[in-house]
Amino acid sequence: MNHFEIKTMRDTLIDNVYKKMQNNNRIFFLSADMGAPTLDRLRKDFKDRFINVGIAEQNLVNISAGLALEGFTVYAYAIAGFLTMRAYEQIRTNLALLSQQKAMNVNLIGVGTGVSYDMSGPSHHCFEDISIIRTLPNIILCSPSDWVTVEKFVDFSINDKRPKYIRLDGKPLPQIYQKNASFDWEKGVCELVKGDDIGIVSTGYMTHKALKVAKELKSCNRNIGVIDVFMLKPINEDTLFTMLKHYKTVVTIEEAFKNKGGLDSLVSNALKGRNADIRLKNLGFEDKYIFKSGGRDSLLEISHFGEKDIIRVLEEFL
Amino acid sequence: MNFFETLKEKVRWVGRETLKLHKCAPESRVASCLSDIEIFVVLYYGGILSYDPKNIRWEDRDRLIISKGHGAVSLYPILADLNFFDKEELNKIGREESFLSVIPDALVPGFETVNGSLGHGLGVACGIALALKRKGLNKRVFVLSGDGELNEGAVWEAIMFASYHKLSNLILIVDNNKISMLGYQKDILGLEPLEEKFNAFGWKAQTVNGHNVEQLYTTLNNFKKDNHSQPRVLIANTRKGKGIPQLENDPLCHVKSLKADEIDDILDSCK
Repeated sequence: MNHFEIKTMRDTLIDNVYKKMQNNNRIFFLSADMGAPTLDRLRKDFKDRFINVGIAEQNLVNISAGLALEGFTVYAYAIAGFLTMRAYEQIRTNLALLSQQKAMNVNLIGVGTGVSYDMSGPSHHCFEDISIIRTLPNIILCSPSDWVTVEKFVDFSINDKRPKYIRLDGKPLPQIYQKNASFDWEKGVCELVKGDDIGIVSTGYMTHKALKVAKELKSCNRNIGVIDVFMLKPINEDTLFTMLKHYKTVVTIEEAFKNKGGLDSLVSNALKGRNADIRLKNLGFEDKYIFKSGGRDSLLEISHFGEKDIIRVLEEFL
Repeated sequence: MNFFETLKEKVRWVGRETLKLHKCAPESRVASCLSDIEIFVVLYYGGILSYDPKNIRWEDRDRLIISKGHGAVSLYPILADLNFFDKEELNKIGREESFLSVIPDALVPGFETVNGSLGHGLGVACGIALALKRKGLNKRVFVLSGDGELNEGAVWEAIMFASYHKLSNLILIVDNNKISMLGYQKDILGLEPLEEKFNAFGWKAQTVNGHNVEQLYTTLNNFKKDNHSQPRVLIANTRKGKGIPQLENDPLCHVKSLKADEIDDILDSCK
């Protein structure tokens, strides 16, 4: 097996939920008419526990809430932007609010974060989900950077009875973590590379970019740290701070609007009131949508945080 | 007293208690709470709902989802009377130490969901109905909805879902009081012909006078017993602010509160 196996997060998630469904008849998988190659087997083998609710994200969340109130574990699958924004108030009322009173194991699976639907235009881009879901109490927010994290998340999702949102990249991506890696879901962060003066904090797809630029600068004998935030909520700020405190500069990178309550705000909060003199630089999308078509990297470049832009920013601080 | 006379006496008592609660908490939407009293009375005292106040989460209970949360203060005296919670709690409505707010939520014993935001109840109830079928529990899921909240698109997603998935254990009751906050529904979107709409969506619909306990009881009892494969909807034609002249004839009665002395006068005249 290739050390860096390339897979989509959604196929990994569906395959692993499929395995759980084989031994656990209290799991439902619901989709808002959204498919994946691996979903066909699940649809066929679990006809009575797979439900296509139709193109109806609001009802997807409501049906999931009802099933969860009766003790079922539910996976609710849809396009990330539509799931989190079309059904936002359903998520707030029937999951965030209600789960403060009752255990509800609903796992919202959003596919296509950032510009992973690069050719589909701004309706399919998703730059808002981190900040808007993060602001809701009682919802766990997982932002994996590879399929290994997703595989481990499925175990976590069965055992943890709180509502969760997991934001999946739409593209096949190489693994970052070893297959036997262990994830501390309450801490939510992992220092992938230890650096000298500059540390990058990233999540999702941008962790791949962070690793790439760190590798590139390594060839010039510059040691850039890379910290992957795979749980945006809960996150242990003390743990994050401990990882960050020896850096002089911390650069956050996220495929989301910057300065809008996303990863950057989470890092600011972790630094706030703790004793360290750290410069903070935030990279992400400007406060506007992208109407240009093109590959993902070109969209990041026109938004000024392509690989070269990131390297330029880092070099300013070197 | 025969069965229906007993129910009617309960209706009168709940009406008085609802006004007393409104006096304690003038923010309560009293007009909305007066149109659904007969529905609550028939469900709880008419033997329609299975429940156990000693074991509120009893697996074999029927589930009642109150989608029109603002209209459910009139359920508080019933739940207290049936010992879901202490009667003393009623006097504390709206106060800091009370779990009884003017819009009930899942903190109140006997309530299943968070209420207040309209158009959520039916979708959640569909999920519950599906779960009960999956568990093999022969129990019903009742939903109380207002007519105005049928304006919400998510409700129609649920209506389509329920009939396609043959949720025969689902019974929707529409408190069709025909008035939303800004006036008559006919002047807003016009829901009629409502029964035909539900039938066209694959439901079995029946319209009754929602202030007539005999009609409500007979229809709900038939819904419980019959063997249809479809979800059922009872459209209960009601009057918003029922029984209170200064509310009943006012299309803006949704936000109208009665003054303490008005309530005292009404209660005195009931004696």
